[in-house]
Amino acid sequence: MFGFVGTLIRVNLTEGTIKKEALNLNDARAYIGARGLGTKIMMDEVDPKVDPFSPDNKLIFMTGPLTGTFASSAGRYEVIAKAPLTGTIGASNSGGHFGPELKFAGYDGIIFEGKSKKPVYLWINDDHVELRNAGHLWGKSVFDTTDQLMEETSEDARIACIGPAGEKMVLFATVMNDKHRAAGRSGLGAVMGSKNLKAVAVRGTKSIQVADPDAFLEKCIDARRKLKEHPVTSAGLPTYGTEILVNILNQSGALPTRNWRDGGYFEDADETGGESLTDKFLVRNKGCFGCSIGCGRITRVPEGKFKGFGEGPEYEAGWSYGADCGVKDLAAICKANYICNELGLDPITMGSTIACAMEMSEKGILSEEEVGRKLRFGDADAIVELTKMTGLREGFGDKLAEGSYRMASGYGYPELSMSVKKQEMPAYDGRGVQGMALEYATSNRGGCHVRGYLTSPEILGVPEKLDPLVTTDKASWLKLFQDLTAVVDSAGLCLFTTFGIGLPEISSMLRTALGLDCTDEEILQKGERIWNLERLFNLEAGFTKADDTLPPRLLNEPLASGPAKGKVVELDVMLKEYYQVRGWDSEGVPEEGKLKELSIK
Amino acid sequence: MVTRSKVGKILMLSPEKCIGCRTCELICSFNKIKAFNPKSSRVSVISYDEAAISIPIMCMQCEEPSCMKVCPTSAIRKTEDGSVAIDEKKCIGCKLCVSACPLGNITFSATEKKIIKCDLCEGEPKCAEFCPSGAIEFKDAVPSTISRKKVIAEKFKDLFGEVSE
Repeated sequence: MFGFVGTLIRVNLTEGTIKKEALNLNDARAYIGARGLGTKIMMDEVDPKVDPFSPDNKLIFMTGPLTGTFASSAGRYEVIAKAPLTGTIGASNSGGHFGPELKFAGYDGIIFEGKSKKPVYLWINDDHVELRNAGHLWGKSVFDTTDQLMEETSEDARIACIGPAGEKMVLFATVMNDKHRAAGRSGLGAVMGSKNLKAVAVRGTKSIQVADPDAFLEKCIDARRKLKEHPVTSAGLPTYGTEILVNILNQSGALPTRNWRDGGYFEDADETGGESLTDKFLVRNKGCFGCSIGCGRITRVPEGKFKGFGEGPEYEAGWSYGADCGVKDLAAICKANYICNELGLDPITMGSTIACAMEMSEKGILSEEEVGRKLRFGDADAIVELTKMTGLREGFGDKLAEGSYRMASGYGYPELSMSVKKQEMPAYDGRGVQGMALEYATSNRGGCHVRGYLTSPEILGVPEKLDPLVTTDKASWLKLFQDLTAVVDSAGLCLFTTFGIGLPEISSMLRTALGLDCTDEEILQKGERIWNLERLFNLEAGFTKADDTLPPRLLNEPLASGPAKGKVVELDVMLKEYYQVRGWDSEGVPEEGKLKELSIK
Repeated sequence: MVTRSKVGKILMLSPEKCIGCRTCELICSFNKIKAFNPKSSRVSVISYDEAAISIPIMCMQCEEPSCMKVCPTSAIRKTEDGSVAIDEKKCIGCKLCVSACPLGNITFSATEKKIIKCDLCEGEPKCAEFCPSGAIEFKDAVPSTISRKKVIAEKFKDLFGEVSE
């Protein structure tokens, strides 16, 4: 077996049974692995209309064929389930060391079915796999759970777990691994909590083989060399982390400010950016398994009321708590982000939901009594306190725990939620980056930037510079980026590699690892297949063209200042073109011919 | 044949630069067994979460190796290029060397069924070649020591030097 290790674990939590089964190689070839393969299993085994918290929903951990190899930045695994925040297919990936360890133990993935009566965790020690009682871990933070599990299993074990937020089914709870890394979006941690599954601990001592070792090594070295040469992956990301984007987006007039109300420019952005983080709180860079980029930040706020230690924030978290909440206190932003990791919360949705509540309070929709404080933009204490209360579902936190769309709708103001398909859009104002707006509207997991990151060409000029304010050709570019990203995620690579390498390098690594005889185009087509399968899942779940839209603020309220002054998102024209380049009908349904071409039906 | 440039080179570890990515473990195992397996790596990265530091550890090629002294079959010797090498033909797998190493840098691999340790990859250590952060370097002992001295000297200069601007 090459690339893959050949075995899946199937755990029925209702029955408490564990089975090992052979990886279906045909499906693995067609859907690459990780995100693609997990989605294929969901489509085959789960009714897309299922309630995300029903025992009939499944929770899948899946690695890719390159995970754990020398391929550049290939430390990732994917968590897949129907997502509670969006109701779409949910797929979130994470780095760290957990994914590779699962493969070293001899497994490509784990499928969890049903629901345990009592809290349990899964302990995998090479061939030995058992469900263990997790009653003593229930209620514990991500950090305490991880420490405790390493003590009772093995000091070499790698842990993926949920925090209190997942247990309490906060709709945007994360699955955390290696303490600080998150399969972050769409609430997959809440699905884990609904199943009474606290953690997976794994230790492995086996090998991963590749089909053509010498050729594979050569392709990996080539990819690593290119990452070392590209300014984003060799200088920008290692030096300042993803937070480097704060000032860049602000200068482009596309840093959404105060719940996207005050345009794309935050006057105090610099105080919240990567340069300030590096100056003030950076302890050391950290790399995920096998990564040559090392964008991770170990940070410490040494003193004061926001004293703390942990990792991050990443750009999107720094933005959601910073510009989006109008907060300039970087220590508070760090602290709120640490709490997200500790309790297992997605900081993008968390910060955005607080921002939404801030606007609702300023408008008089939320009362001081109800929130427990006079909530206003710029309140640094509030972002920390409300994050804590949300993770534990205390007081007003119980309402925030439903995300901004459900919260705002509860008061009759859904338009104040800056979300698509009920998931909050991250840190790029689509009015100033038109292609990103189309990405938000069409992403298969709702408001999300990492399905087709057009910020790369539109803002950073990689692989070439596109005008962020025009709509021309954005549909074709987005299709290409979405299909390629599906390949990257499914292979087990980090998306950040795509700043420095592209389809040729990624295809070469896949071919030599797996012993495949296929063209680059055929590999890209697998990405398109994955994208269309995800779309079919969502259509069967009940989504329609009407859901491929944006909050009215982006469509109707022109940006007030900056380079994108006067712009709204021209979605209609881009969406129509997008359906066409995708081979979908005018309602956004894949045509029969397209599905045949992709061998889906 | 050992080339002159290789003589005197040592593995220099700078844990303060290590990002904990374990690229060294991957490439080491691949170089030795043509597969990826950190357990077969001759270098291990030990990470401390709270202290926020990761430390790559491998055989330091001691000048007076305990493993060599304890070996009953004289299978371990100090080579011309400075590495401590195992002669697999002579090794009987008694594992006394594992116990003798005060640093824990010589181990028995259950997968490979033999004693494994860093052998400096015949003078071109792969870990140093691919370390992305410069935490593992393979270089002449003398100039690198001087560069460390320079770091200290810089601090003195900052403290006591005349303000030139």
